[in-house]
Amino acid sequence: MCGICGCNQTDHDGDAQRHGPAHARRLQVELDLFSLNDRHAQANRERFASQQVLVLNLMSSPGSGKTALLSETLPAQQAKWPVAVIEGDQQTQNDAERIRATGVRAVQINTGKLCHLDAHLVGHAVDELEDFERGVLYIENVGNLVCPAGFDLGEAARVVILSVTEGDDKPLKYPDIFHSAQLMVINKIDLAPYVDFDQAQCIANARRINPDIEVIALSARTGEGLQDWQAWVEQRYRERISRQCACASDQQAPC
Amino acid sequence: MHELSLCRGLIQLLQEQAQQQDFRRVTAVWLEVGPLAAVEPAAMAFGFRAASLGTLAQGARLHLVPCPARARCRACGHCMEIQSWEMVCSECGSTRLQILSGQTLTIRELEVE
Repeated sequence: MCGICGCNQTDHDGDAQRHGPAHARRLQVELDLFSLNDRHAQANRERFASQQVLVLNLMSSPGSGKTALLSETLPAQQAKWPVAVIEGDQQTQNDAERIRATGVRAVQINTGKLCHLDAHLVGHAVDELEDFERGVLYIENVGNLVCPAGFDLGEAARVVILSVTEGDDKPLKYPDIFHSAQLMVINKIDLAPYVDFDQAQCIANARRINPDIEVIALSARTGEGLQDWQAWVEQRYRERISRQCACASDQQAPC
Repeated sequence: MHELSLCRGLIQLLQEQAQQQDFRRVTAVWLEVGPLAAVEPAAMAFGFRAASLGTLAQGARLHLVPCPARARCRACGHCMEIQSWEMVCSECGSTRLQILSGQTLTIRELEVE
């Protein structure tokens, strides 16, 4: 019996490429490689809608200050609306513990060798947040400016964080992620005088890739600019809640 | 190396197709790759070999078929083919371009047994 496909032919030398055409047929298909992830992302999105949750996907290089931005701003947000965080890292509970230390709920995903979060992983993390409603859920992606870009998690918006120490040409070097984001946060602006970072050039570079991207410059350490970030989140949260209410009233259900 | 994840997904799509279209092996895959699809061809080839081991697609040939990316200028409305994210309108020089296509990864054809 043929060791390649189990047929009864014995007159070939095991070369799949030569053997194949005797049985082969061609199929025309149209299969999107992102469709598996997108199925999970759509399920997440429907779940977030039913829980009336605004979901923000935070993406950046390692060390740009994602966790610092959250730990500095979430306690104030939590006084206004429910807040939770899904933390994505290859290993350790460190970031979830930093968030929990501020009194905010956090679920840690350890991706092992995986370089990005995908919608399936996020779906399982959301299982732990079943009672979370009418709030803002932050998903802190694995620190990586490349791989997370292609994976929809079901978020309402993407925020890319860039610290001044990384250089103002990052949007040109890593265009996929900047193209997919609605907001660029420039962090660590207190360090700008000490590094060769041109903020205007950075914004021009980002808008070369994504003409619509919004920009907020801040320092999570000194607090400068944090009010702009808080206002940006609040506006999106209010829009989310009011949109949900409009939908609910369309269906004549109580808001 | 998100290409490995994408190739695992590719194998899963092939397994679904094998059930639906009644085949047991895949000997070749034609994958259309947009220039803005955020994948590296060499990494896709490597990822496919790794992900296909022990599956219905082990030993299959992976053909990466380039497809054009297109954009429309928001300033003058001109439509053009583009090669990368650093986009400039070939008609008016504006950098405010809207991507129309070129970000997708699509399996177009299979050779199966």
